[in-house]
Amino acid sequence: MTSPNPVAKKPLAKRFDTEKIALGLAAPVLAVLLSVVICAVLLAVSGKEPFKAFQVMFDYGTASDGQVLTLNRATVYYIAGAAAAFGFRMNLFNIGVDGQYKLGMLFAAFVGSQVDLPTVLQIPLLLVTAMLVGGLWASIAGLLKVYRGVSEVISTIMLNAIATAVVGLLLVPGVFAPDKGTTTNSVQTSPISESSHFFSIETAGGTLWGFIVIAVLIGVVFQFTLNRTRFGFDLRATGRSESAATASGVNVKRMVITSMVVSGAIAGLIGLPELTQSSYYFGQNVQPGLGFIGISVALLGRNSPIGIAFSALLFAFLDVSGTQLPLQGDYPQEIVNVMQGTIVICVVVAYELVRRYGLKRQQQKVGAELAAQAAAAAKKEVAA
Amino acid sequence: MTEHQGGARRGARDARRRAPSVPPSLLQRNDAPCDHQEIAITASEPAPTPAGGNPSAGTATPAVELRGITKRFPGVVANHDIDITVAPGTVHALMGENGAGKSTLMKILYGMQKPDEGTIAINGEQVEFNTPGDAIARGIGMVHQHFMLADYLTVWENVVLGGEKLHGIGAKAKAKIREISDQYGLGVRPDAMVEDLGVADRQRVEILKVLYRGAKILILDEPTAVLVPQEVDALFANLRELKAEGVTVIFISHKLHEVLSVADAISVIRRGTTVGDADPRTVTARQLAELMVGAELPSPESRESTVTETEMLLVDALRIAKADAEGIERVVLDDISLRIRKGEILGIAGVEGNGQAELVEAIMGMLPLDGGAVTLDGKDLTGTQTRARREAGIGYIPEDRHKHGLLLEAPLWENRILGHVTERPNSKGMLLDPAGARKDTLRIVEEYDVRTPGIDVTAASLSGGNQQKLIIGREMSHRPKLLIASHPTRGVDVGAQAQIWEQIRAAQREGLAVLLISADLDELIGLSDTIRVIYRGRLVADADPATVTAEDLGTAMTGAASGHIESDPEAVAEAQAFVAEITEAGLPTDDTQAGE
Repeated sequence: MTSPNPVAKKPLAKRFDTEKIALGLAAPVLAVLLSVVICAVLLAVSGKEPFKAFQVMFDYGTASDGQVLTLNRATVYYIAGAAAAFGFRMNLFNIGVDGQYKLGMLFAAFVGSQVDLPTVLQIPLLLVTAMLVGGLWASIAGLLKVYRGVSEVISTIMLNAIATAVVGLLLVPGVFAPDKGTTTNSVQTSPISESSHFFSIETAGGTLWGFIVIAVLIGVVFQFTLNRTRFGFDLRATGRSESAATASGVNVKRMVITSMVVSGAIAGLIGLPELTQSSYYFGQNVQPGLGFIGISVALLGRNSPIGIAFSALLFAFLDVSGTQLPLQGDYPQEIVNVMQGTIVICVVVAYELVRRYGLKRQQQKVGAELAAQAAAAAKKEVAA
Repeated sequence: MTEHQGGARRGARDARRRAPSVPPSLLQRNDAPCDHQEIAITASEPAPTPAGGNPSAGTATPAVELRGITKRFPGVVANHDIDITVAPGTVHALMGENGAGKSTLMKILYGMQKPDEGTIAINGEQVEFNTPGDAIARGIGMVHQHFMLADYLTVWENVVLGGEKLHGIGAKAKAKIREISDQYGLGVRPDAMVEDLGVADRQRVEILKVLYRGAKILILDEPTAVLVPQEVDALFANLRELKAEGVTVIFISHKLHEVLSVADAISVIRRGTTVGDADPRTVTARQLAELMVGAELPSPESRESTVTETEMLLVDALRIAKADAEGIERVVLDDISLRIRKGEILGIAGVEGNGQAELVEAIMGMLPLDGGAVTLDGKDLTGTQTRARREAGIGYIPEDRHKHGLLLEAPLWENRILGHVTERPNSKGMLLDPAGARKDTLRIVEEYDVRTPGIDVTAASLSGGNQQKLIIGREMSHRPKLLIASHPTRGVDVGAQAQIWEQIRAAQREGLAVLLISADLDELIGLSDTIRVIYRGRLVADADPATVTAEDLGTAMTGAASGHIESDPEAVAEAQAFVAEITEAGLPTDDTQAGE
């Protein structure tokens, strides 16, 4: 009776959509611009010419070797971001991505050095090993949260430290590292077998890692699971309101454990591009802090698979081009870390502001829309 | 306004409504003789109203005079050109349905918000309030609906808190508290711990707190919402005492009988503006209701019993005990047994916090049981998960729809999936079916008259009533066998309330078993086939709604009566007549604003 006629409905629905996109983009764009400004001020204050620095970075980013490096690094960041984002979607703060990834990579490296199957079997074996280890490690935090009420933030941070110790325990000669025969001082696993090497693509700018395909696959599965499956709906519902999800029949305990395990499993894969495409062993080549970069990437990408892709590219670009700063003009490379940090802080604030604004705006719009309808209806009544 | 109220039903009702079914004398709760059609409703004008509620009204300077108050929020006008004159030493009721703008107006008077236009005069003097502190300095005090007391402090400490400069914090302050308490007959013990006090006592502490700060004008925001009838009477006695001592009381409510029994003057607000003033001695509940709603009111259907002999829900010896912080076991539900047959509405009466919420959660499988069994339609559900119970045919209208019924920031069509994600049309196998869900959401919006510009807006942007209609539509869409309706009309506007009642009755006619939990006794008596009273986790009494009054139910709710309650038939007849008038008015009786 009072429901709007279909003609009036369409443009409104569209308007909501374009607005949603505009609002969604506003926050990250503003955050990035703000952090550029802050960094420019910082550089200027320290007596350096800021625009030259940005020029250096931009030039390198547009060169093909820079681009290939950016893509390779973005692959790693994307997986890290996806791992963190999966937990975030359910309001689970998996700070333990770092530990999960190190253990996953270590076990994959060990299995890769001991087993030599045909590539079609070997690569899946390594992937499954890494995911299994990462997932199992993360499940400890999930179980603690469900059965003992331990905040996953605390337990995953602790587990990071424990993971480092476990790595130290296992990575000794005679256990995961070969008994003797290494010429270097550093302790590391034996190189993985030839069949464990992931394919890569040779380009004009260097070697592009084939693992980017896996990253894309993770994104696609992530998106599909979240938006098109019952499990994904339960997960999003729990993330939005745990109480409503419980009342709707979601088994929240099981969801906590499941999503923690999935998050850890994705995290297990973070080290594999490096392992299977570049260095082929586990040792001092492990980059620390990848888990935390993943958290930043997920925050900037708003926990959506597409958003994470963009933020992973941005972070990778900043890192890669940042290496050029000391080489081409005596700029401190650390300015990149400042930029990444300010982006994350700005974006967290901006998202919350935009979210509140959007919600309020929609409420007002709906109110206005309904008032207009009521007025129109009243007019009709008078006329009739 | 009237357009949505179901054209098909209206025709039949109109005829009935025209016939006066209640002798007018019954409606006059005040002592004043009933002048025939002499209704003291005056259109509101800028001039002080001549409503003779108080002898001094015409002569003395008004205690509060609001003129042309307008307050706009972005996109909404909350108050528009409001005029209210409150005579000193009177109880002035401010009435209006949920969302009419009462709260905004009081916030303006209390300095929490500034009006965009209009003037405020206190005791004839024009004032401007920037903060509540300014209002307090002018002798205005407000008792909020939700008490603001520290549980682990004594009454005396609570009263002194924030007002240390007035009478110190020692013996002098305590003496002052005793003095105020005696002066107004509040019966407050300064040394009692607030956590040990009941709701009514806490309210008196709040009132005392305000008086301690020197308030001469008291704003009470829905003070009776949390009280049982006996406590309401006690509160009204306190208000009369205050009035006698020269305090002016502004009493916000939408409960007709309360306003009629305590107020000296009434102002009615509708859609943000004053629509009239009424004299409680001559106005009838019906007239007042129509003034509030501004339209013809829906009336209850004539009721025939649809109760069958088939048992649908069987709850047997339910027990839940929780250990509290000190490790002492607290029994939340004790030996609860009940059964609901097909086509039966079982109402649970009780003061909030006596185990109603836990009972619902136990039946829904959200709380682990320490003992007992739940059987639905012959199927044992004890120990099953909430989802299995929903799939077995339990529909759930939660008490707190924001917390348990909706994903506020998700679009309507996703909210339609919530709770029924495993069922068609929401999913096929393990995959969601967004197209099916969207189509069905459109159907619900149409059938249940959910007023929204589309199904892609977030649930948060709908009003409380429309959110509730969406929930009911969703729950009814899966052919439930049992419907649990927990405070279904709380925080819902009048029009939607009538629709919701009708939807619950329709569910009953379709043969559902309905478990109705409500704080509104009139709603319980009006809808239920059987009423059980819950008190401290036990079902202590039962009653037939046809032979019980709200008063006697209220007695049982305080634990003072048990077993089968039956009221004096004369009292029942009188109450029914009065209730008929009120339910006919379709008035909400509990005000929890949807937005809060």
